[in-house]
Amino acid sequence: MTPARVLVRLRLNAFRNYMTAALDLGPRHLVLVGPNGAGKTNLLEAISLLSPGRGLRRAGFETLAAHGSDGAWAVAATLDTPDGPVDLGTGSGPGETGRRVRINGANARAVEALSAYLRILWITPAMDGLFTGPAAERRRFLDRLVTTLIPDHSASVGEFEKLMRQRNRLLEEDGDPLWLGAIEGQMAERASAIHFARADCLAHLQGLIAETLGAGAFPAAGLALTQLFEDMAVPEAPDALEALLRMRWQQDRALDRAAGRTLLGPHRIDFEVVHAQKNMPAALGSTGEQKALLIGLVLAHARLVRQMTGIAPFLLLDEIAAHLDPARRAALFDALEGLGTQAFMTGTDPVLFAALGARAQTIAVRDGRFLAEP
Amino acid sequence: MANGGPEIEQLIQLLARLPGLGPRSARRAVLHLIKRKDALMVPLSAALDRAVAAVRVCETCGNVDTVSPCHICTDPRREQSGLLIVVEDVADLWALERAGVGAVRYHVLGGVLSPLDGIGPEDLTIEQLLGRAAGFSEIVLAVNATVEGQTTAHYITDRLAGSGVRITRLAHGVPVGGELDYLDEGTLSQALRARTAMDPG
Repeated sequence: MTPARVLVRLRLNAFRNYMTAALDLGPRHLVLVGPNGAGKTNLLEAISLLSPGRGLRRAGFETLAAHGSDGAWAVAATLDTPDGPVDLGTGSGPGETGRRVRINGANARAVEALSAYLRILWITPAMDGLFTGPAAERRRFLDRLVTTLIPDHSASVGEFEKLMRQRNRLLEEDGDPLWLGAIEGQMAERASAIHFARADCLAHLQGLIAETLGAGAFPAAGLALTQLFEDMAVPEAPDALEALLRMRWQQDRALDRAAGRTLLGPHRIDFEVVHAQKNMPAALGSTGEQKALLIGLVLAHARLVRQMTGIAPFLLLDEIAAHLDPARRAALFDALEGLGTQAFMTGTDPVLFAALGARAQTIAVRDGRFLAEP
Repeated sequence: MANGGPEIEQLIQLLARLPGLGPRSARRAVLHLIKRKDALMVPLSAALDRAVAAVRVCETCGNVDTVSPCHICTDPRREQSGLLIVVEDVADLWALERAGVGAVRYHVLGGVLSPLDGIGPEDLTIEQLLGRAAGFSEIVLAVNATVEGQTTAHYITDRLAGSGVRITRLAHGVPVGGELDYLDEGTLSQALRARTAMDPG
């Protein structure tokens, strides 16, 4: 399937180890090969910044500029879409901690505006321990999945966390109860939106996985959220959840003050994944099995996003061939075909991508420069 | 690297601290002033001197003017509407005045509640607002639609509870001349929730 949206042009300026770099691409997948430290992941990171958030390394925007530059960096891309070409760009000026987003030469009001043109999902080696590591990492992964579907979700999460820091600070300082109430009210509004966005997204994703259970080379995942409340079910209406959370936070002030944090809320749930065919928690699988489960989950989510938004997300697959046997590698490459999207993959050895054949364009990367196809 | 004497350098550094200006534009502005010393620099200097001597922060509403209470607070025509508009900053007050919102009075909070920046109710003019509230029939909370702005609005609403004054906030929704297709989902659903009845002919 030919992708409906193609990243045809990418320009980097003073980004990481690229002083200036330009890539012109066709509608094929892109494979970046090169030794460690060549700049393969940096290129994926640059693409990942064309979506809300801080990109696939979660780096501060002020840390992205090339060494020896004045602190400014920029990533610009041209996208071929069914509605014609679109120019997208993002970057920071010297000393800026935020970033600007440009769409067709004009400043975008919010970074979420990019989501009208493209969605991006990624798998990186840092996610290898996702199922065995801390719950915070899984929550972040879940929120990225949700944001790919519902772009406003990331802003809700950011606002909730900010409000919660404000509440914790006020509790510590024994602040004005009315002030606390005003903050808790705002927190409850965001928390309710966050909870229902996560639950809806997981319900849709689980439904789609159930349809294709056992059909692919990747194991199916069973998905669940841990309970928001220890002692009761979550109300079905967003308004009711909002009211309940507000009440609970007001009741829990003394408890939370003693704990030094907010003990109840959507920031405390865990995203539980099980290997559906084996009915086994994902964390108990082998490293290879966990990777296969993760890939299956991300591929299913990419299908879901395409179904629900009409935009097939770009996939950034960093060191994707590691831990996969040749059969699974071939299956992954075939699955990418069915998605109708462009995938950007990296690896140290071009042999790992031989099965892609003419479906991919291979570019060698050395010290922040692109060499001709090997 | 000096661009002239210390007087010029100091002027550049001061101008560079103004919002919207950086070192580069400050340098350009100073150069421009020097080239037009009689036509621009002298009158500007005199205008600054006069403003320094005359500017007052209104003791009632927090507006800036050359008298205190300010012209808005002493204008008797603004008495009748009974409307008090609460804003974060003087810039917002000016924006509303430019929009010609009518014969209303204002209250400038001087910021918003922000625990992480150490700004609490006592750092804003909330006590003064509570003191004025009884003299009005309606208080409009025209704070920004930011997290801190909305927290401040809720806080003020709670503090004014029981005062008998009607409290409203600005509507969030479709901008004038806006196309629905281009609105973000959040704004659009807000606009639907805050829908208003059409007046029949």
